[in-house]
Amino acid sequence: MIHSLFLINSSGDIFLEKHWKSVVSRSVCDYFFEAQERATEAENVPPVIPTPHHYLLSVYRHKIFFVAVIQTEVPPLFVIEFLHRVVDTFQDYFGVCSEPVIKDNVVVVYEVLEEMLDNGFPLATESNILKELIKPPTILRTVVNTITGSTNVGDQLPTGQLSVVPWRRTGVKYTNNEAYFDVIEEIDAIIDKSGSTITAEIQGVIDACVKLTGMPDLTLSFMNPRLLDDVSFHPCVRFKRWESERILSFIPPDGNFRLLSYHVSAQNLVAIPVYVKHNISFRDSSSHGRFEITVGPKQTMGKTIEGVTVTSQMPKGVLNMSLTPSQGTHTFDPVTKMLSWDVGKINPQKLPSLKGTMSLQAGASKPDENPTINLQFKIQQLAISAQAPADDAHQSHAAIVQTHQGASRIALQRR
Amino acid sequence: MTDSKYFTTTKKGEIFELKAELNSDKKEKKKEAVKKVIASMTVGKDVSALFPDVVNCMQTDNLELKKLVYLYLMNYAKSQPDMAIMAVNTFVKDCEDPNPLIRALAVRTMGCIRVDKITEYLCEPLRKCLKDEDPYVRKTAAVCVAKLHDINAQLVEDQGFLDTLKDLISDSNPMVVANAVAALSEIAESHPSSNLLDLNPQSINKLLTALNECTEWGQIFILDCLANYTPKDDREAQSICERVTPRLSHANSAVVLSAVKVLMKFMEMLSKDLDYYGTLLKKLAPPLVTLLSAEPELQYVALRNINLIVQKRPEILKHEMKVFFVKYNDPIYVKLEKLDIMIRLASQANIAQVLAELKEYATEVDVDFVRKAVRAIGRCAIKVEQSAERCVSTLLDLIQTKVNYVVQEAIVVIKDIFRKYPNKYESVIATLCENLDSLDEPEARAAMIWIVGEYAERIDNADELLESFLEGFHDESTQVQLQLLTAIVKLFLKKPTETQELVQQVLSLATQDSDNPDLRDRGYIYWRLLSTDPVAAKEVVLAEKPLISEETDLIEPTLLDELICYIGTLASVYHKPPSAFVEGGRGVVHKSLPPRTASSESAESPETAPTGAPPGEQPDVIPAQGDLLGDLLNLDLGPPVSGPPLATSSVQMGAVDLLGGGLDSLIGGTNFVAPPTAAVPANLGAPIGSGLSDLFDLTSGVGTLSGSYVAPKAVWLPAMKAKGLEISGTFTRQVGSISMDLQLTNKALQVMTDFAIQFNRNSFGLAPAAPLQVHAPLSPNQTVEISLPLSTVGSVMKMEPLNNLQVAVKNNIDVFYFSTLYPLHILFVEDGKMDRQMFLATWKDIPNENEAQFQIRDCPLNAEAASSKLQSSNIFTVAKRNVEGQDMLYQSLKLTNGIWVLAELRIQPGNPSCTLSLKCRAPEVSQHVYQAYETILKN
Repeated sequence: MIHSLFLINSSGDIFLEKHWKSVVSRSVCDYFFEAQERATEAENVPPVIPTPHHYLLSVYRHKIFFVAVIQTEVPPLFVIEFLHRVVDTFQDYFGVCSEPVIKDNVVVVYEVLEEMLDNGFPLATESNILKELIKPPTILRTVVNTITGSTNVGDQLPTGQLSVVPWRRTGVKYTNNEAYFDVIEEIDAIIDKSGSTITAEIQGVIDACVKLTGMPDLTLSFMNPRLLDDVSFHPCVRFKRWESERILSFIPPDGNFRLLSYHVSAQNLVAIPVYVKHNISFRDSSSHGRFEITVGPKQTMGKTIEGVTVTSQMPKGVLNMSLTPSQGTHTFDPVTKMLSWDVGKINPQKLPSLKGTMSLQAGASKPDENPTINLQFKIQQLAISAQAPADDAHQSHAAIVQTHQGASRIALQRR
Repeated sequence: MTDSKYFTTTKKGEIFELKAELNSDKKEKKKEAVKKVIASMTVGKDVSALFPDVVNCMQTDNLELKKLVYLYLMNYAKSQPDMAIMAVNTFVKDCEDPNPLIRALAVRTMGCIRVDKITEYLCEPLRKCLKDEDPYVRKTAAVCVAKLHDINAQLVEDQGFLDTLKDLISDSNPMVVANAVAALSEIAESHPSSNLLDLNPQSINKLLTALNECTEWGQIFILDCLANYTPKDDREAQSICERVTPRLSHANSAVVLSAVKVLMKFMEMLSKDLDYYGTLLKKLAPPLVTLLSAEPELQYVALRNINLIVQKRPEILKHEMKVFFVKYNDPIYVKLEKLDIMIRLASQANIAQVLAELKEYATEVDVDFVRKAVRAIGRCAIKVEQSAERCVSTLLDLIQTKVNYVVQEAIVVIKDIFRKYPNKYESVIATLCENLDSLDEPEARAAMIWIVGEYAERIDNADELLESFLEGFHDESTQVQLQLLTAIVKLFLKKPTETQELVQQVLSLATQDSDNPDLRDRGYIYWRLLSTDPVAAKEVVLAEKPLISEETDLIEPTLLDELICYIGTLASVYHKPPSAFVEGGRGVVHKSLPPRTASSESAESPETAPTGAPPGEQPDVIPAQGDLLGDLLNLDLGPPVSGPPLATSSVQMGAVDLLGGGLDSLIGGTNFVAPPTAAVPANLGAPIGSGLSDLFDLTSGVGTLSGSYVAPKAVWLPAMKAKGLEISGTFTRQVGSISMDLQLTNKALQVMTDFAIQFNRNSFGLAPAAPLQVHAPLSPNQTVEISLPLSTVGSVMKMEPLNNLQVAVKNNIDVFYFSTLYPLHILFVEDGKMDRQMFLATWKDIPNENEAQFQIRDCPLNAEAASSKLQSSNIFTVAKRNVEGQDMLYQSLKLTNGIWVLAELRIQPGNPSCTLSLKCRAPEVSQHVYQAYETILKN
């Protein structure tokens, strides 16, 4: 099982280590550093690295490597899932997960890690149970603790820990009973140079925030559940009921949780509501290039597209850009080579565009990479999966990430 | 107020200061001090000196402080075992605490203190906790057994904890069951032989019930445990599958993959005709697809496993090609894996899309990825025949980009395409040749040379091209050198007239100037082939090559079946069985897929046994290690791309065999006298010059390489005397057997058939030991080489001269007679060495009048050289003396009919002639023995 954990920042310093069995020397990380050096970018460090006596499994999130050391044959997915859970927990506890924050809360971090794993076996990974055992730091609590001398460690066994519904604690009380459900869909699409969709799929999640008294038993039904190709549920969802009736029936955890994630691959359903026209050209000899993009609506079911932002990572050879937008504001960071354009709403009568020139490094050959254009936008109250929001990208291979929110198809019943 | 303040005290007296704070009366100050200590510990500072002070803080009712101290203890107890004992009392007391949280914490921490002395004290509290009324304590205690087992396995067995743990599998609380399973699995891993997890239908049922209710991590343990169970029949397998299937919808990808493992394994037992089988196949695809939208690290592991799954059951994901298309922001390790799977899934139906994608990838920035993409195009061509043409034209487009590494990679794969579809796409060779100069990688150069050699007859300037490579022969890598050697030999066999010089050059480069044994050996093989029998050489070198197939990079079926049992583990990521990389000491149980045992009579289907590759593909699959000739010609192009290690090693085996024992069989069919391989280097010196010059003189035979001397073939029967049949031949003696090497040439205008041979009675009873074997009719201007084994058991009649042999050869035209003289040394037997005493006695015994003396002129050899030369023709030196500056060699030999001949050879250094005295009871042989001596010594 999981032997040790090392947290390593991007400059290669080990800033936290935790051992659940015997202590493993941190020199084991040398193998990791070797792999890190070989990989051109941090994202490309392979997640499984064998060493003579151990295996290093790592995830890279928030510019931190979480490196787990294992010694025996352990399912790697188990370890990687757990590491992601650790990151999520930190984020949940401290709002952000970064090196300074972890250092600031090192004792809590240590206590939490100890609580999450025992002898390498996961112990408590549910956020609500952990929070009962070790209370997350808040300004108020810090002040109170300092004055009263009390601690942030709970001294009662978390009630949910052993019940059949380990995710929910008992005795929850609210004066305002409310429950919110957000449907967030991401469209992943590959669009070729001519603009036709090669592949598109929807990744959707339903995130819930439930603040209800007692032990509520909820059901949730969909207008068209057949659309969902593959679903993964929070453990609270009763699988049998879904199988037979296509109804989500569950006792929710208290607070925020992800109820369901789903996958829709039926391509004909994924109509991309936005298009981007681009004209980016570098010339071999000159030190200037032309840049022009236009964004327009495609199939929007009469809804307005709002909150449009365009970002693009320009090639290293681009020194600066002088551009004029027809609407919105734009910035170009000459250090990171990141262009961003905050467009706002799209008015179908007058399409937003951004035009201008790029100054390129003199003498250098023309950049061989194609810049990727990333587009984010929002369509309020657009029904899920029937028509998909999406963005469009310049050049052949751009995957597109965008979000869209709406809740029109969801009916909540309180029993 | 954050914890970062704990890091800031870097003053000199830090430890001292902390010590003071730890001993403070104020609780708050104490706690702060412990926190500082913990903070130092997390960054790897050594704070073990504070051990006693920290342990003193343990006796507290403040839970946080207690936990912090426990954290400290776990880290440092090992370094201070004596001090750790101090903590024992508190632990024992805490195990009785009314608060289950504290009981659990105590038993948990105790298990983490890896000190032998403490373990004894741990047993009693642990036993109590295992039976605790609170399930939280029980589940913690279950894990503690595993910890204790790690420290002291004997103790755990003696105390009977293992049985208690087994009982916990039937616990009412699913969390306890899950932890008990996890603990038992871990213990079982270090004791592969023990049947700790002795699963039976009852316990399986309990596990399946607990599966639905325990935490996600517990589900992983239970699923992994289930995967080790072998259901007794297909009904049980199906019912387990039914209960495991809901796990495919779990949010935790590790649960999903463990469930996939169970299903993949148990599916093996289900009949394919079953409706349920089809349903299950359909259910497996969506979760696997969803795994690909997870974080990249998870995707990577998932992809490695999917790679196994698509090899085992390609039908599951055959419609999901598009999800494996590469995204621009995938990490490189995900991209490479996706490419692999794309090729595996490529079929006629989706090839157009795949090719369009691959072409895009080939223009990306990352070099590794681009290379693999180009290679993938070639693999598609090989796999999907209908697409080959499109693939080739795509590759040509890519070559036009002139991007160096793209061009090189393209040439490597085009070579494979040529091998798969011979004589189909040769029109592109011209384009390839244009890029000859830009190739700088050995693999690409070797591939190009192979192409030039293979299609030499269609490339007008093939000789020039190859010659240009030859200039820097010694700077090339072995791969290229070997390929160049083969290519030039091929060229020579195809265009012998213009390339004689070239082939001599490469042969001498390979055999004389190279240190590489592989190269040298291959050079010799070609050389001998060419010098003895160009026809055979042609058959060998230009043999039809086995077609290659895409399947060469598939994992071997038995390994694949084993790996399927390890889905989701490290083994599946490395595609190696755990025994290949798990550290020694722990035995690894070899897992295998369950055989199908049907309870109901199901129709016998062809795939009863797990056979891996679909049977339809088998016929054209020729394993890389299969064909000797294929190896000879193509071995140096490297093992199959990313092939499994098994295949590679067998390829090498083939090569070893080729050079060792295989040599004889390879050459045995021809007329070539195979010398022992070891003797070759000894003969490197002198014969090479002459060897090279008469390399192509077919009638000259091979020089004196080793073994019994063989005279060059002489014409025995001229064509004019035998209606167009010309016979030339010679006699050889090799390892005790005599043979007559004949070369029959048809110089008539009609086909000759029905050959037979007969000898007249002769002095030593020579007779053919086998009929004359001429397999095919001899067409006009054709020559065959035959080796006719002879025996000495025929009827005897004294001939004049003694070594005269009269032969009759018959064919469909007529019977022809001729006579020839055989050299006597073919009759010298191997056991002709006489004992010294015996020699002396025999020498004296033979009357002096039987002695004959001869002069051998022009033989400038010293005693050693002469002796070794004679010995190889079975003339043995019994003794050697030096008398007045002359070397006297006393030698013996024995003829096949048992006649001994004794000899005294007198050699005077500086004098080119030597004197031979022979004594024999049958003096008439002396003359012929002398002739034999003369022939042997002078050649």
